Amino acid sequence: METTTNKEESSWQTVVTDWSADKQAFDMPWAKLMMWVFLVGDTFIFSLFLVGYMAVRMSATDPWPSTSEVFAMEIAGIHFPLLLIAIMTFILITSSGTMAMAVNYGYQKKRILTFRFMLATAILGLVFLGFQVFEWADLIFNQGVRPWGNPMGASQFGASFFMITGFHGLHVTGGVIYLLVIAFRVKRGYYEQRGYESVEIAGLYWHFVDLVWVFIFAFFYLW
Amino acid sequence: MSYTAIADQPVHMHDPTTFVSKYIWSQDHKVIAIQYGVTAIFVGVVALVLSALMRLQLGFPDTFEFINPNTYLQFATMHGMIMVVYLLTALLLGGFGNYLIPLMIGARDMAFPYLNMLSFWTYFLSVLVLLASFFVPGGPTGAGWTLYPPQAILPGTPGVDLGIVLMIVSLAIFIVAFTMGGLNYVTTILQARTAGMTLMRMPLTLWGIFIATVMGLLAFPALLVSAIMMAMDKLVGTSFFMPALISLGEAVDHSGGSPLLFQHLFWFFGHPEVYIVALPAFGMVSDVLATHARKNIFGYRMMVWAIVVIGLLSFVVWAHHMYVSGMNPTFGFFFATTTLIIAIPTAIKVYNWVLTLWQGNIKLTVPMIFAIGFIFTFIHGGLSGLFLGNVIVDVPLSDTYFVVAHFHMVMGVSPIMVLFAAIYHWYPLMTGRMFHEGLGKWHFWITFLGAYAVFLPIHYLGILGLPRRYFSFADTDFIPDTAHMLNAGVTVSAIIVALAQLLFIINIVWSFKHGKKADPNPWGAASLEWQTPEQPPRHGNWGDSLPVVYRWAYAYGVPGVKQDFIPQNVPTEQVMMLDENGAYQEQEV
Repeated sequence: METTTNKEESSWQTVVTDWSADKQAFDMPWAKLMMWVFLVGDTFIFSLFLVGYMAVRMSATDPWPSTSEVFAMEIAGIHFPLLLIAIMTFILITSSGTMAMAVNYGYQKKRILTFRFMLATAILGLVFLGFQVFEWADLIFNQGVRPWGNPMGASQFGASFFMITGFHGLHVTGGVIYLLVIAFRVKRGYYEQRGYESVEIAGLYWHFVDLVWVFIFAFFYLW
Repeated sequence: MSYTAIADQPVHMHDPTTFVSKYIWSQDHKVIAIQYGVTAIFVGVVALVLSALMRLQLGFPDTFEFINPNTYLQFATMHGMIMVVYLLTALLLGGFGNYLIPLMIGARDMAFPYLNMLSFWTYFLSVLVLLASFFVPGGPTGAGWTLYPPQAILPGTPGVDLGIVLMIVSLAIFIVAFTMGGLNYVTTILQARTAGMTLMRMPLTLWGIFIATVMGLLAFPALLVSAIMMAMDKLVGTSFFMPALISLGEAVDHSGGSPLLFQHLFWFFGHPEVYIVALPAFGMVSDVLATHARKNIFGYRMMVWAIVVIGLLSFVVWAHHMYVSGMNPTFGFFFATTTLIIAIPTAIKVYNWVLTLWQGNIKLTVPMIFAIGFIFTFIHGGLSGLFLGNVIVDVPLSDTYFVVAHFHMVMGVSPIMVLFAAIYHWYPLMTGRMFHEGLGKWHFWITFLGAYAVFLPIHYLGILGLPRRYFSFADTDFIPDTAHMLNAGVTVSAIIVALAQLLFIINIVWSFKHGKKADPNPWGAASLEWQTPEQPPRHGNWGDSLPVVYRWAYAYGVPGVKQDFIPQNVPTEQVMMLDENGAYQEQEV
């Protein structure tokens, strides 16, 4: 594909040129484009989950439980609202950082460093999942929260919580497996010849899962 | 930095040799397309039989003992869901999308052939799960194809135990299948076009399929989300969609949910779904009309933009299905406005189809008469849509047979006319044989006239006020005897139309072996799919080298050219021209 890189040309003109070109509308590997398109669709899924949660929060007849109470922890007699969630958020955002490092080292063809940072990302993902299991267990066994009801108020609270964090947790689980597969391929030298785009594509997915968590954090836990 | 695509490499592809790798676990887009098509037509026949059973009950109530109110509702539900999702979506995108995308853009296959194969088998699984609901205790769900809660999951609705669960699971599997296929179609169209095939040189078929697929990838999430929530309401006991209510004399275990939320989610999928079906049909009918009228499509650019604008607008009209649902009436004004605006790009398309025919050299072949038939049925369906888009007109007509007649004209008969046009049009390419012309024409006239015999009276019944989804109208005072007679007439017509589809099936099955050998490019089409070295195209489509495209797909009726069209892949200097004496010579156009 011939693209004019004349700086005089307006950026809109380049957009038009790119889009009307033959062969490839976007200068990127097929799989990367496919991941982008998939993530747009997945964005719709999570957005609709959150919109659905907001709608039932409005329609619920019982009072909505206070998240800062439900997700609070007592450490050494001090009351910390949302402590666990804050740590989980921190871990997940950190994992986005290590993922970005892995992508960076991948394009520098530093095989072992790429592998190590991907492995670190996957481990941080596993730690996140571990905390999530802990959080679910605490809610289920200590506070008596069930999908169909809870002692604190509206039953939709538990329903939305388990559905949204569960669906996100499945994404994290899938992401950890995906990262590990790619990581061990990196270690084997699978991408030495064919290029490290797959690392970046896995990274796109991982950043997306992190970004979604930020919205869940904002709309479910903080609100 | 540009990336070498698999499809660009002129290496010889290893042709599958065993039966299993060739026809069962095939990764060839053409075989997958046929698999999609055959499966979709099979479930479509099931749905057609269900509609005939419903019509028997409506036309001749108290005659058939095996149809009771429960089975009637189950037939209606399964008929609707199968036709909309498992037949139309699967056949238009899975079938024609798969077959035509790589051929029309000049690629060897889809971007991800393995994913493509998985897409079909996942779709197949969803069909099996759906059909399994006929054989479980309680039968399939009878909640209506919209599956509105609370009634969909409360006792009293047929299939409340297992039917509804299987329906939800089947839909979820279908969405996974569609997503795998859809990602493939989008990526292939954007990234795998051959040299010279710019987006604005693509046949309109591809534009329709492309925009419809993008819409599907954004609309099906809404169905998935509502399916998950409903499954939780049904199986886990949550209350997303379930308010506190008394059902069959007992208070239910739910409270505080919002049934309206389901309707919003469902129609946020459901309305784009209408256009997911319509846009590929719009595209294909444009190509059939241009080819058989030997004339370039009128207003190509406007046609493309109309498709794009319809795609965008279709995401902001969903609540026109909900004028009587109890939502805030202010919304009605907004959604009526957007609904009527969508008539503008749609009307542009209709005018352009008619103007394509104007002064064309119309060949009344079987695909062409189906395409022209589509223009009639679509205008009728579209006009009654303008009635229903207005809140004040919709309120009395809502939930009457007028609605049934409207959406069957616009979303049932019209896309199916295009599907027949498309199957007849591309049949020689797919099989290398011609279908039987006479049978095809009989098939058209019975289907076309029969569709009017069925649906025009139903409009009238709707205006009379006959409510839809009722098992029987036995002793209702406001319904005159003539309405019952009309219903019987509709049933007879419907059964004749249903039986006429046997002509179609016999035709395509018989011609597959015994039809006369088709010439390469029998219609004289300019688009790329007819220019393959072998017909039907072989694995890898293009022999040793990919075609190069020099012009758009509508170079028909070009003055001074030997044939009256120029294929997309013929270089300008090789076009055969006529000189003054009418002899052929090669020269610049």
